[in-house]
Amino acid sequence: MVRLEKRPQPSKLWTYLTPLVAVICTMVAGGALFSLLGKNPVEAIATIFWEPLFGEFAFYYRPQLLIKGAPLVLIAIGLSLGFRAGIWNIGAEGQFIIGALTGAGVGLAFYPAEGWYIFPLMMIAGAFGGWVWAMIPAILRTRFGTNEILVSLMLVYVAEQLLAKMALGLLRNPDGHGFPGSRNFQQYPSGHNAELITGTGMHWGVVAALIAVIFAYVLLNRHILGYHIRLAGQAPRAARFAGVSPTRLVLFCLGTSGALAGLAGMFEVSGPAGQVSIDFNVGYGFTAIIVAFLGRLHPVGILLAGLLMALTYIGGEIAQSNLGLPAAAIQMFQGMLLFFLLAIDVLTNFRVRLSRREVV
Amino acid sequence: MSAALLRISGLTKAYPGVVANDDVSFEIAPGEVHALLGENGAGKSTLVKMIYGLVKPDSGTMTLRDAPFTPAEPRAARAEGVAMVFQHFSLFEALNVAENIALGMEHPPKMRDLATRIREVSDTYGLPLDPYRTVGDLSAGERQRVEIIRCLLQDPKLLIMDEPTSVLTPQEVEILFRTLRKLTDEGVAILYISHKLEEIRSLCDHATILRLGRNVGSCVPRETSARDMAEMMVGQAFEAPARAGRELGEVALDVKDLSLSAPSEFGTALKNLTFTVQMGEVLGIGGVAGNGQDELLAALSGEMPSTPGAVLLKGQPIGRLGPVARRALGVLAAPEERLGHAAAPDMSLTENALLTGAQREGLLSRGFLKWRATEAFANRIIDTFDVRTPGPDNVARSLSGGNLQKFVIGREVLQRPEVLIVNQPTWGVDAAAAAAIRQALLDLAAGGTAIVCISQDLDELMEISDRFCALNEGRLSDIKPARGLSVDEIGLMMGGAHGMDLAHA
Repeated sequence: MVRLEKRPQPSKLWTYLTPLVAVICTMVAGGALFSLLGKNPVEAIATIFWEPLFGEFAFYYRPQLLIKGAPLVLIAIGLSLGFRAGIWNIGAEGQFIIGALTGAGVGLAFYPAEGWYIFPLMMIAGAFGGWVWAMIPAILRTRFGTNEILVSLMLVYVAEQLLAKMALGLLRNPDGHGFPGSRNFQQYPSGHNAELITGTGMHWGVVAALIAVIFAYVLLNRHILGYHIRLAGQAPRAARFAGVSPTRLVLFCLGTSGALAGLAGMFEVSGPAGQVSIDFNVGYGFTAIIVAFLGRLHPVGILLAGLLMALTYIGGEIAQSNLGLPAAAIQMFQGMLLFFLLAIDVLTNFRVRLSRREVV
Repeated sequence: MSAALLRISGLTKAYPGVVANDDVSFEIAPGEVHALLGENGAGKSTLVKMIYGLVKPDSGTMTLRDAPFTPAEPRAARAEGVAMVFQHFSLFEALNVAENIALGMEHPPKMRDLATRIREVSDTYGLPLDPYRTVGDLSAGERQRVEIIRCLLQDPKLLIMDEPTSVLTPQEVEILFRTLRKLTDEGVAILYISHKLEEIRSLCDHATILRLGRNVGSCVPRETSARDMAEMMVGQAFEAPARAGRELGEVALDVKDLSLSAPSEFGTALKNLTFTVQMGEVLGIGGVAGNGQDELLAALSGEMPSTPGAVLLKGQPIGRLGPVARRALGVLAAPEERLGHAAAPDMSLTENALLTGAQREGLLSRGFLKWRATEAFANRIIDTFDVRTPGPDNVARSLSGGNLQKFVIGREVLQRPEVLIVNQPTWGVDAAAAAAIRQALLDLAAGGTAIVCISQDLDELMEISDRFCALNEGRLSDIKPARGLSVDEIGLMMGGAHGMDLAHA
């Protein structure tokens, strides 16, 4: 009989091995799924993981890796702070949308004026928008004890309605012949989140994501606030004993994750997406939750996980168009990654013991 | 030879890295009270778990009434007439007594019949208990009666009791002992686990002494001195802490009319607590668990703020301050619950040293952590208090209870507090470590610190405190000099026997 036995200390080895094993398990199970769909599993897996990096059109796909990875990393870093403290912001998607709206809104308000100060103002507005949206669940929780999971999640759908209203109303391009969607930032240099080096996919969002990784690393490992975040997540009573104020922690964690998600939304809308449209958001806010856990809530881990997740996105699209795999299969494939990660994660704190069933 | 009810021979059980029981043998006759004596970690719990079918022995045999006895699970043990009262109760606070008892039965009778039977048993054995009271409202002593009556309804031949008196007032202990004697008169054998020597001397017919999993001797407690038994238990002679004569200084901590509502439904509200502690003084606060001890510690540590004037430090109102501000002023605390409250289980000792040491030990500069200084502080605690661990990188939960307790107490003691509040400083700690901790507290008091020691161990409180009082349902008794207090007086201060008047309402 297989038994799980709690380890006296969490295994260092398995902490690092878990994501790797999860990826391998995902490849195996995903391959089985693809072969059931009548595709060649090796080819499908190779298309997802190999093609974007080293295939014929890698020159096109590699920059995409940064473009898709940056918002994931930026959002996931913010989420990981809260997740470590046991504060569950599930509504990053909503904060992403609101940040995009406020950021774009400020940029469009200046149109057609040009100036170096416009883009920084858009960044501040984007972060502020996300922060405000995250403050709603934060204040409701600290004041009335509501559940921040539910409130933040429900606010995603409110944000989506707001986005539709804005794309069709206030922010609609006046010169757009009635089509929904705002002016395109690619035609507005002061507000455009352009590539910093042409052909690399490197834009301000990527820079912000890297800064966030470093900032989070220092915070968690070298600052008392990061220590309090970890303490509150692991032992809430000990945290109160140490003098951590739960209210301030909730406000900080939700606020930071909201601001970073809003910032990511602003970078997205002013760069890769180009304009506020009804469906410019493609679920980065939700996928970032997977990225945060895949990266073990560790800043460097999140950086790697964000790139991996971006890879499956790009590879998945290639597999869809080249091999005719259904989109749902790709989503399942990505879901498996989180599933296996959580399942194998058990081995960090438990070890498997084989024992014969005891005969009575 | 067939007089024995339960005979155990050569019982051995090993866990990875530790032999919990090594070739243990003894026997119990019907109507005998047999004590199982030993320090924490001596293997008492493992042994009774094997008898009760919770753990399977690696080797050795047990016979019950001369028939082989190999219970695969507690149900099988109960069917053979073995019952057990655990140290930690498994009761649902929101249900009443009869419902709780019904939950543990395989074929519960109708509630009214059950209530009648509970009344019968409680009358017969002198255990007053109303079957319709909600368990959440019962004192620890009354909860224990629920557990005992639950066992007695099964008509046991062997009753195992794990540290039954740790939650009782002296009066309640008397009631319990009368019940146990009545049971033995009827031929029930009792296996009694404890490390309280005096009570074993007054109650038990035989004692088996365990040390590090081995059977190191047996004795007839009535004919053996407590000191001899203690030395068998510990394996060496040990000294009681020395208290140096000391001068008491000005009033350090002044608590005036402190009232706080209960933090949760089954917590205890604090009602008009008033006391002072002088510099160099140890105030002992006794009382049965769950009478407001946790809440009092939280109110003094700053976890539960009160009105500003309710807590004064040398005249300065600190009632509204949080734990960080109080620590900065020198008010330190060590809560009862080591894992999860005093220390974070999955954090290293270095990180746990930071938990309360950040301010006073100067482990921060502008909010940034000085890990090297923190590790040095952790090492200083480990060295000074003889904490047995491979190093400060080990996580708190990997330490044994006694070692972690030494770490937690040491962490506060080394920060030179003005006022130190400790709750259950030696709970679950072996005798040698307990003596070291008490000595550290006394040394600290000798250096001028005011100490509030909340504890349920009366021997400990009598040993170290200058004045004594007791918490009972969130109220504080009169405060009396500890020297010369009789057991009866202490018991009355603790509230006497809870629920004697209510039981047959």
